[in-house]
Amino acid sequence: MISGAEIMVKCLESEGVSLAFGYPGAAICPFYDYLYRSSIKHVLVREEQNAAHEASGYARAGGKTGVCIATSGPGATNLITGIATAYMDSIPLIAITGQVNSELLGRDVFQEADITGACEPFTKHSYLVKDAAELPRIFKEAFHIASTGRPGPVLIDVPVDIQTAQVPEFEYPQKAEIIGYKPRTQGHAIQIRKAIEAIEKAERPLICCGGGVVLAGARDELVDFARNSSIPVVSTMMGIGVVPMDSRLYLGMIGMHGHANANRAMQEADLIVLCGARVGDRAVSAPQQVAQKATIVHIDIDPAEIGKNMTAHIPIVGDIRLVMRSIADQMKKQAPQEWVERVLRYKEEYVPAGVPENGTGFVEPRSFMRALSRMMKDNAILVSDVGQNQIWAARNFNVKEGRFLTSGGLGTMGYALPAAIGAKIAKPHRQVLCVCGDGSFQMAMCELGTLCQYGVGIKIILMQNDRLGMVCEIQEKRYGGRCIATTLDGSPDFVKLAQAYGIRAAEARSNDEAERLAGEMFQTEGAFLLVCRVNPDTPTL
Amino acid sequence: MKYTLSILVENRPGVLSKISGLFARRAFNIDSLAVGITENPEISRVTIVVNGDEYVVEQVEKQLNKVIPVIKVKVLEPGKFISCELSLIKVNCATKQRAEIMKIGELMKAEIVDVSTSSITFRFTDNEERTQTLISLLKPYGIKEIVRAGTLAIEKGSSTAKKQNV
Repeated sequence: MISGAEIMVKCLESEGVSLAFGYPGAAICPFYDYLYRSSIKHVLVREEQNAAHEASGYARAGGKTGVCIATSGPGATNLITGIATAYMDSIPLIAITGQVNSELLGRDVFQEADITGACEPFTKHSYLVKDAAELPRIFKEAFHIASTGRPGPVLIDVPVDIQTAQVPEFEYPQKAEIIGYKPRTQGHAIQIRKAIEAIEKAERPLICCGGGVVLAGARDELVDFARNSSIPVVSTMMGIGVVPMDSRLYLGMIGMHGHANANRAMQEADLIVLCGARVGDRAVSAPQQVAQKATIVHIDIDPAEIGKNMTAHIPIVGDIRLVMRSIADQMKKQAPQEWVERVLRYKEEYVPAGVPENGTGFVEPRSFMRALSRMMKDNAILVSDVGQNQIWAARNFNVKEGRFLTSGGLGTMGYALPAAIGAKIAKPHRQVLCVCGDGSFQMAMCELGTLCQYGVGIKIILMQNDRLGMVCEIQEKRYGGRCIATTLDGSPDFVKLAQAYGIRAAEARSNDEAERLAGEMFQTEGAFLLVCRVNPDTPTL
Repeated sequence: MKYTLSILVENRPGVLSKISGLFARRAFNIDSLAVGITENPEISRVTIVVNGDEYVVEQVEKQLNKVIPVIKVKVLEPGKFISCELSLIKVNCATKQRAEIMKIGELMKAEIVDVSTSSITFRFTDNEERTQTLISLLKPYGIKEIVRAGTLAIEKGSSTAKKQNV
């Protein structure tokens, strides 16, 4: 006989899971008891939301499905923001929650929450397990669903009596058989042909890549396609780093906070190859206007994305990697020289905002981000939080062979610190830089404990302007300067705070000092917090 | 415009809430909904009538397809399916009016399922338009209560909204 809890652990082992992030509680104790006896490493977070973010950073940097665990009731509900964040960015995640005894379900007993119900809008799929014998099938399906097609979080809610129930034997299924789930991977040959014809005919073609390209592992294919066809590339925020940003044909990020020259190219293009982008309002504010002027070739693995926010003239549903490969192989023509020169001229004319400040008592954050990207290794992973710090990073950091991780869809403050911890655990030999504001940092700073406990050597840049900068800017511009609830008085001395945890820390008040300290920071083994005092009047753009 | 969708789903607890929740959060309006098991007890059929434009029905179809226990979604082509709706209608009916009201029922092919000294109850099975006609004919007598089930629909001819090998 074997217990449900042991089966759960064996399922994780069968899926090759070597590490999970979580926070225990009474309703998940049987599972933890078997985790104790397994080789799976467990990272104890300081609040459950961060377990999901850490698993998300781990999944994104490591290219595998992340696993997070919480107990029933508040443990489970605390996970929700993390699950929703992963859902919006299509991150493969398995969330395992304990649940009260199945016979007590629906009676509002201690620490009971209908977590499958609450997570319904934010999960790709969810299971409330009613029979321990079903666990192997459910785990197999859950991992399959989370990691294939358009990835996303899958929740498995396991009542405590199911964890203790005894089942005759354990056998892990070879394959997941789900009749209603067969994601299409091969693009339709006729659609691909049509797309190639349209691209070859276009006078002003442009590639716009989103986060889907990264998820599909199609960076090489996309770069090949762009290089062979000389078609210029723009990206959404989630698509940053798909094409090395120092590539000649890369124009920049589009959208509300994007580069003006990249937006101008979007406006002037007569054909846009949209790859793995859901065309959110921050990326393209008036998608129908763009679609009126340009032919849209939309490649996405999720058929529901086609035509949702923007009319697609030539939709191709499939795995971007496969579709890109066949387009790249069949394309013969180069993009018109005149167009390429035009957009490259726009790129040259673009002058990045922000010059280094010395003697004002402040670090100028935009130029400092550019300096940081010069100092860091080509394969460094940059994790940004949400707010001004995110835009400063996205617009100014040059992602080359590395990655840019941020909460692009849901815009979850407090994402960066836990996600950076997860990313560093997945890629211990890579530089991982976490950029936060003082608002977002304070939402997640309890994770400094996790960071210390597991010796995670991430470098943290904390842009301290004592403001919720982006909201404050909105209040200045649109609400007559009536700034309310956006000043962060009462913040601690962050350097001392870090030191209290035993983390090395320093504060910079000029760009020269910041660069010098950053140099020291990158020489330091282990974690480092660099607080940069930023002028509250520094604009987002 | 109204669209009728025929959806095959796995017959498991919670599937209906996944579907109805999807309509709510994507701001799609359900006109009517009917659920029942199919010839295969592991599979249920949900028939939904939605009100919206082409964009809405396309999104409904695509989003429904993303729900894992949804096996197949078919938007039935207008004019190419038979639909019917079941209604129970209780009307005020004094003894002297009984013959008159029964005549209406007979005319519309509505079945009398209950009669009392002051009321008469019809069971009526037909499409929405004819149901409306019956209701408007009975209205002058005073309708006490109407209970209507969701629309059911099946394709004309030999085509089916079935998934192969299911």
